[in-house]
Amino acid sequence: MATLEIRDLHVTVAEADGGAKEILRGVDLTIRSGEVHAIMGPNGSGKSTLAYSIAGHPKYTVTSGTVTLDGEDVLAMSVDERARAGLFLAMQYPVEVPGVTVSNFLRTAKTAVDGEAPKLRTWVKDVKQAMDDLRMDATFAERNVNENFSGGEKKRHEILQMELLKPKFAVLDETDSGLDVDALKVVSEGVNRSLERTDVGVLLITHYTRILRYITPQFVHVFVDGRVAEQGGPELADALEESGYDRYLAKA
Amino acid sequence: MTAVDETTDPITETPPNAARAHSHGAGTVPDASRAERVTSYDVADFAVPGGREEEWKFSPLKVLAPLFAVAGGDETAAVEVSGPDVVEHRTGTPAEIGAGPGFRPGDRAAAASWAATTHAHLVRIPAEAELDAPVLVTVRGEAGRTTSGHLLVEAGHHSKGLVVLDHVGGGAHRGGVEVRVGDGAQITVVSLQEWDDDAVHVGQHDVVVGRDAFARHIAVSLGGRAVRISANLRYAGPGGDAQLLGVYFADAGQHLEHRQFVDHEATNCKSYVEYKGALQGDGAHAVWIGDVLIRAAAEGTETYELNRNLLLTDGARADSVPNLEIETGEIVGAGHASATGRFDDEQLFYLQSRGMPEADARRLVVRGFFADIIGRIGLPDLADRLMATIETELAATMPGAHDALQALATAPATPTTSTTEEN
Repeated sequence: MATLEIRDLHVTVAEADGGAKEILRGVDLTIRSGEVHAIMGPNGSGKSTLAYSIAGHPKYTVTSGTVTLDGEDVLAMSVDERARAGLFLAMQYPVEVPGVTVSNFLRTAKTAVDGEAPKLRTWVKDVKQAMDDLRMDATFAERNVNENFSGGEKKRHEILQMELLKPKFAVLDETDSGLDVDALKVVSEGVNRSLERTDVGVLLITHYTRILRYITPQFVHVFVDGRVAEQGGPELADALEESGYDRYLAKA
Repeated sequence: MTAVDETTDPITETPPNAARAHSHGAGTVPDASRAERVTSYDVADFAVPGGREEEWKFSPLKVLAPLFAVAGGDETAAVEVSGPDVVEHRTGTPAEIGAGPGFRPGDRAAAASWAATTHAHLVRIPAEAELDAPVLVTVRGEAGRTTSGHLLVEAGHHSKGLVVLDHVGGGAHRGGVEVRVGDGAQITVVSLQEWDDDAVHVGQHDVVVGRDAFARHIAVSLGGRAVRISANLRYAGPGGDAQLLGVYFADAGQHLEHRQFVDHEATNCKSYVEYKGALQGDGAHAVWIGDVLIRAAAEGTETYELNRNLLLTDGARADSVPNLEIETGEIVGAGHASATGRFDDEQLFYLQSRGMPEADARRLVVRGFFADIIGRIGLPDLADRLMATIETELAATMPGAHDALQALATAPATPTTSTTEEN
């Protein structure tokens, strides 16, 4: 049982004029192994900033607050140390890495995260199985990472990594965006498989509720203006589907 | 490998020994068209460059000075040639081996080299022969010496083969390479510049592509104090398809210069130029000049040229100049692209977020950057060796990489070795 704890997190981003703009203004969240937390909120509320701050993107500066993983100070870790500690971020817009095949990339990542190279025979089988499960053609492994991938392929590739790297906590940043309903189901099945097979805790960041029809959260947090404005169970997502974010924005 | 000692010249064409009709002498006024650049077998037609000439303005002339001298450059570099039995190899003066019809010295160093070369080498791939192994030519320079040489690769019609020319050792070397690709042949020539740190090298490589033939020239410049390779491509008949590819890795104080001139005069020919380089350290300097000329007669031409530079540290400089001249509108397509940039922070973040330490992430990006072109050499062992050299150079600025990842990077199933391309 692992715990990811975020306390009073304040984060700024550098602006073009040299100033800094505060995006997160005191976020508190506790996620335990096996739990699914949905972070919902309107555009610009700071959802993605939370995701990138946990992963350690250099663009974001934590000005106060803490993020700990089983008591360890995550904010003191480099980006790669965070990944090796068991954190994973499925990105909304993963970048291309020309000349590096998916197969090479996955193996290198697995080796880095585990601290040793995976056993070749089981690894090849695991990759093939995970790709089959995500309805990914075998030729996918020989393509360069994210190069000429469709939106759906990029998201499948992110979830493929989650399934293979087996993180303690996965942050899924708008994984549903740009997916048609078939692709959304495939990707959701992948997340559900990880939830069944490992005790991963998931932070599911989404603007819309539709992915929550396939992945059931135990907790829903509504983000407004850089902090959690309301939290509850899955019924909160249903309420949001009815009313949208207007009532939060009117308050703000 | 067949060693033939007889000096009978199998080529009926006599090497011209005068400047081309339209040459106008080695003036300092920039040429209106690339086609007007002087070519001559007579070294007197080229003044010793002073640094203001368009074609020399990027080059370290003091360092290259020994290569412009007429006297003192008559020593022959040690050359070793090996290859399949069907390939003919012989040596002689350039005239004796039939050199010249596909080679026109385009600068002072090339003309001086031509004049000084007493032991030229012919590698002939007979018509319709399909080589099952590469021809390996090693040129070994020696510190303190200035050497000259000429290699003629003559590929008969419908032959298939790969020739790897490896430059190693030290000293100053000027070398001409003449590649005549027969009709329908498919030939790759790789020129590796794996010189010692203090070596200087100016080379001119002329490739003539026969009707419906495919030619690929790949320059790989990793070593040497200063290297300047001019690759010139022209077509002897319609339907030719050719690629000029290159990779380079310039370290502190190193000058690596690659110039190409693709001369489209025949109809329905294709050309593709792609050079990629990484630079690191103070005074690392890369120059890429890509000239493409589509003459009025060259209808149906399709051409594209591309140069990418990756600046790994401050203090490095890349000059990149594409130049496309088009004299007919009846072409399939023509384009160029040039970009010089630093490491993409988002790429590094992505890889690091997958657990890779920064040094490993950078190595993977650089490896990927070069993988495609290195892979097209088609020799996995050689590709691995070149990648290992590149990674050793990288280690100079990125120490402390993860051992397990290093082992992975040299594992066989990497992108560099999985590329098998048939043309």
